[in-house]
Amino acid sequence: MSSEAGVAATRPRYWPALAAPATLFLLLFFVFPFYVVLAVTFGSIDPILRQPVPAWNPTTWNPAILSFTWSNIVHTDGLYEAAFVHTFLFVGLATLLCLLIGYPMAYFLARRAGRYKAAFLALFLAPFWISYMLRLLAWRSLLADDGYINRALIGLHVIATPYPFLQGKPLTLVLGLVYGYVPYMVLPLYATLDRIPESLMEAGRDLGLSPARTFWHVTLPQSYQAILAGLVICILPMFGDYYTQQLLADRANTRMVGNAIVDALTQPIFVQRGAALILVMLVLLIPPILYYLRSTRRATELAR
Amino acid sequence: MSATGTLAARPTRRGLRGWLGNPWGDTRVLWVVAIAYVAWTLLPVAEAVLFSFNKGRSITRWEGFSLRWYVSDPNGSVLHDPALQHAVIQSLKLASLTVAVTLPLGVAFALALNARRGPGTSSQNFLMIFSFVVPELILAVSLFLLVLDAFRFIGLGTTAQLVGLVVLALAYPVVIVRARLLSLGSSYEEAAADLGASPMRTLGRVTLPLLGPSIFASGAIVFAFVLDDFVIVNQLSKDASTQTVAMAIYGAARTAPTPATNAIGTLMLVTSTVVIAIAVIVQRRIARRTAGPAILGAPEPQAADSSAGS
Repeated sequence: MSSEAGVAATRPRYWPALAAPATLFLLLFFVFPFYVVLAVTFGSIDPILRQPVPAWNPTTWNPAILSFTWSNIVHTDGLYEAAFVHTFLFVGLATLLCLLIGYPMAYFLARRAGRYKAAFLALFLAPFWISYMLRLLAWRSLLADDGYINRALIGLHVIATPYPFLQGKPLTLVLGLVYGYVPYMVLPLYATLDRIPESLMEAGRDLGLSPARTFWHVTLPQSYQAILAGLVICILPMFGDYYTQQLLADRANTRMVGNAIVDALTQPIFVQRGAALILVMLVLLIPPILYYLRSTRRATELAR
Repeated sequence: MSATGTLAARPTRRGLRGWLGNPWGDTRVLWVVAIAYVAWTLLPVAEAVLFSFNKGRSITRWEGFSLRWYVSDPNGSVLHDPALQHAVIQSLKLASLTVAVTLPLGVAFALALNARRGPGTSSQNFLMIFSFVVPELILAVSLFLLVLDAFRFIGLGTTAQLVGLVVLALAYPVVIVRARLLSLGSSYEEAAADLGASPMRTLGRVTLPLLGPSIFASGAIVFAFVLDDFVIVNQLSKDASTQTVAMAIYGAARTAPTPATNAIGTLMLVTSTVVIAIAVIVQRRIARRTAGPAILGAPEPQAADSSAGS
C-alpha cells in the first residue's frame, strides 16, 4: 500500500481530471435523461399538437398521470395490471429456472470439466457474441408448426397435430427468457466456484463430512453471494425485455411491462404513460440494483 | 429445455432422496448437464446458419444447399437487397464509432480512478457501474425522451443511437482496463518515475503499452456487443436509413422471414466471431511476450529490471 502512495505522489494533481470526460458524458446522457423522464411524467400534453410538454420546473409538477398509471397497475383489471402480474410471474419463474440450470453448469465448468475446461468455457461464452435476434429467429423456425420440434414430436407419436408453441404460450416465453439470460447466471457463479480453495473442501472431508455434506455445508454457503448476484443480474434485463415476448409469444395474454412501455411510446399522446411506467419500473428495480452494487464493491475491495 | 429435462429425469433412477443428498456426487450427471446445456444453447445457432444456405424459401423445411440467399436470388438475396446491405453498413458503422468514442473515455476514466481516491472518485465509480446494470429499456426510453423533448438538436437517428450505445458500453473498457491496472500493480510506474520519467512520459511509454492488450480486448468486446444490440438502436432509430441488422432480423422474423434473414445474421455472426478471435489471439501473444520474461526481470523494458531490484 505504501507503494501506491509512492506512485500517487509522482502523479500531477490534475490526474483525477482524466475521469472528467466520461463523467460529464454520463451526467449529460445518463443522469439528466432521468430528469427528463420526471419532467415528461409530471408535465402536460399540448392540446393542439397532442404531444407531451415537459415541466422543467419541479414546483409546477402535476402528479395526475403518475397516479393514473399507478392506479391502473394496482387495481384489478387496470390497464397495466396484467402486464405487471405477467412480468413478475414470468421473470420469477425464468430466474428460478436459470438458477436450477445455471448452478450445475457453473459447478461443472469450475470444478469438473478437467482438461476440457477451456473448450467448455469457449462454448459457454459463445452466446455472448452471437446475436440474440438470430438465436430467437432460430427458435421461431424450430418451434413453428412445420418446424423440427413439432415434426419430431409428431414422428414420435407424442402429439397428433402440431402444438402451437408460438401462439402466446407462457411456457414458450418463460423458456425463451431462460434461454436468453441463463449465461448471466452462470458467469458470477462460475467466478466464485472457481475461486473456492480446494483446501476448504479437503478440510471438510478431513473432518469426516461426506461429499454431500461438504457440498451443502462448505461449497453452497460459499456461493450465496454469487447466487444473489446472479439472480439480480438475470432479473434486471428480463424486466425490460419485450422482444422475446414479441418473437416467441406475441399475444395479449403474455404481454409484459416492457411491451406496455414500448407501445405507449409509439403514440405521442400516451408518451407520458410510458414515462410513468419507466419511473415505476426504476423505483421497483433500485433496491436490487443497489444491493448488487454494494456486493460487487465489497468483492473488489476484498480483491485489492 | 433439454437441460431441465435431464435434471428432472436423473433423480428417479437413483432415488430422489439420494440425489438430493448429493446432487453432484456423480460426475456423469454433471457431464450430461453440461453437454445438454451446450447443445441447447448452440444447436439453434447451427440451425439458423444452416438455413441461410437453404435452396427454398422456407426457414423450417430443408430443400438442399445453395448460395441463393447470399448472392444469386435476384430479389431477396443479400447481394441484391439494398435494405439488407444498408443494415449491415449501419451496424458496422455504429459498432466502429462506439468503439472509437468509448475507448478513450473509458481508458482515461480507468486511469484516473486507479490513481488515487480523490474527491468524488467513489461516486464517479458508482455512476459508472450504475449505468452498467440499469435495464437497457430504461436507458433507451429516457434517451428517447431526451432527444425528443430536451436536446432536440440531436433528434432520432445515428447520433442518438451512438450516444445511447456509448452510455451502454462505456463500462466495459473501464472494468477490463481497471482489472489489468490492478493486476499490474504500481512497480512499473514507480520504476519509470525513479528513472526520471515524467508522469506523461510514463503513461505513454510504460502504462499504455502494458495496457495495450486489455484496451484491444475491450474494444473487441464493445464492437461485438454493439453488433448484437437491439433495444437502444431500435428505440432511437429514425427510419429505414438507421436500421441495423438486429432490427432487420427482428422485423423480418415478425413478418415474413426468408433465408436471407438468416444470411445477414450469419454474416454478422462471422464478423463478431472473427473480431473476438483476433482479440483473443492478440491478447495471448502479447501476454506471453510481456508476462513471461518481463516479470522475471529479464531484458525487455528497463522498468522490469529496477522493479525486480526494489
